[in-house]
Amino acid sequence: MSDRRATSLTIETPEGVEFSFDLASPVTRSLAWMVDAAAILVLTKGTGKACEWLGRLNQDWATAISVILYFAISVGYGIVLEWRWHGQTIGKRVMGLRVVDAQGLRLQLSQVILRNLLRLVDMLPMVYLVGGVACFCSRNCQRLGDLAAGTIVARERSPYAPDLEQMAPAKYNSLLAYPHLAARLRSLASPESVSIAVEAVSRRDGYEPLARVELFQELAAYFQSLVEFPEAARESLTGEQYVRSVLRVIYGGGRG
Amino acid sequence: MIIDLPRFVSAERTYWDELHAVLAKLEAEPERRLPIEEIERLHYLYERCSSDLSRLDTFATEPRLRAFLESLVSRAYSVIHETRAPARIRWKSAVLAFPRAFRRHLAAFRLAAGVTLLGCAFGWFALHVDPRNKAILMPFPGLQAPPAERVAHEEGAKNDRLKGIKASFAAQLMTHNTQVTIMALALGVTFGAGTLILLFYNGVILGAVATDYIVAGQGVFLAGWLLPHGSIEIPAILLGGQAGFILAGALIGWGDRTPRVARLRAVAADLVAIVSGAAVLLVWAGAVEAFVSQYHQPVIPYSLKIAFGLCELAALSFFLGWVGRE
Repeated sequence: MSDRRATSLTIETPEGVEFSFDLASPVTRSLAWMVDAAAILVLTKGTGKACEWLGRLNQDWATAISVILYFAISVGYGIVLEWRWHGQTIGKRVMGLRVVDAQGLRLQLSQVILRNLLRLVDMLPMVYLVGGVACFCSRNCQRLGDLAAGTIVARERSPYAPDLEQMAPAKYNSLLAYPHLAARLRSLASPESVSIAVEAVSRRDGYEPLARVELFQELAAYFQSLVEFPEAARESLTGEQYVRSVLRVIYGGGRG
Repeated sequence: MIIDLPRFVSAERTYWDELHAVLAKLEAEPERRLPIEEIERLHYLYERCSSDLSRLDTFATEPRLRAFLESLVSRAYSVIHETRAPARIRWKSAVLAFPRAFRRHLAAFRLAAGVTLLGCAFGWFALHVDPRNKAILMPFPGLQAPPAERVAHEEGAKNDRLKGIKASFAAQLMTHNTQVTIMALALGVTFGAGTLILLFYNGVILGAVATDYIVAGQGVFLAGWLLPHGSIEIPAILLGGQAGFILAGALIGWGDRTPRVARLRAVAADLVAIVSGAAVLLVWAGAVEAFVSQYHQPVIPYSLKIAFGLCELAALSFFLGWVGRE
């Protein structure tokens, strides 16, 4: 079953351009649900306390309001928040997830209502067992509510362009003194390896000093194994400096 | 192709920022109508960003930039290619959407009513064959006593047994019945099997209760007790069943060559209209059951209760059958 499951959903536009959504895993979705369950609990407890206070005036009506509010919060929480916040609840915001239309179109109110009403079946017999099994079995990690509403839960993408200057500042770059080797490096570096290098550079200040040195040495060794620059270009460069120089070569910045 | 990424970013960033600003505005106000020049500009920006994404595809070594452009293109795509109107909550159209959706899927309602009637017939048959089946078919303490005994007890009651709990009783009925109706819809996702079982089970209980009271000669009491709220509550649950069967029909798609996703998309708004309408009906039914149905002759004459129930049924039939006809 697992080999049928995709980690992303790719949509091809009529213009022939492809874009993809990174699908949220069942584990991430469960964590988001736990946050939402806690939020619902806090809300219902809060309204319960308010109704207790109202009970001093009329116990019957206070109980009635409390019963209706409990029902409205448990059913309406997901509907109201996903509609107002364009596919997000508190839990989904915390976990960086968003409900989107499975065809990449605008999420409709009817889809939001339907996926939330069908939660009743997904929750059966307890703790989302039906929904969880459906998620594991479905290609796009959809619970039954998502299948019926034509929605998926995707990872949120950053709406801001990355700061290339921060990662690979345009400074003197000894590797660019060898343009033929630099061009060879650009053609040989795989997107995955560059992606790892970018992640490593952007998170560098969060590493333990020793781990930081080891990680960049490993990355530098990998890039050196792709294209070997002369000793003159590499001397006095630490592993981290070498990796940043490589990124400058790949992104086309810097001076030779 | 190898591109100079910093130069590429600095050349295109203005367009990306402009598209981001337009999309943010449209997402905040989905109903906003753009003048033709702005639509043309939006389309140009979308095509330009799509082309940037394609250029990046051939040199996909910067995943964050690619993710950013994908995010922009996907947002613009959802705005430009969406053919469904943005949801506008207008009370008049929301109210009319309910009977119109009901009439569009009349066959599903007939099926829901048929399954419930079949359940009623089974309830009658099971009680007719062996009256001891009552304990199994109606596992509710209030219905276990012989009907004549209950009628005598309730007609002769000196005190209001619901005094001080009427509102909370009504709230429990409203929420419970709404949950049953939502469940009837949601179980449609089991290709209708769950909806069918739920409706049949409801029918069995209804049939058994009716048989028990009619055989005991308490038909008038039964009509006076059930009609005020049942004339709304039972159709509302049937509407939930109708929604469940519509969902099942879209999933199965007998003889329909359109893709499953398109079939489900086509019925989504109708399902929501029917279930929302049924929920509103159940709020009314819950209030009537708590404040009217539980009071019998001599407090409220049976004739009045039966007439009230029949009027409600006629009004509901008129609303579902004729209101909003085009």
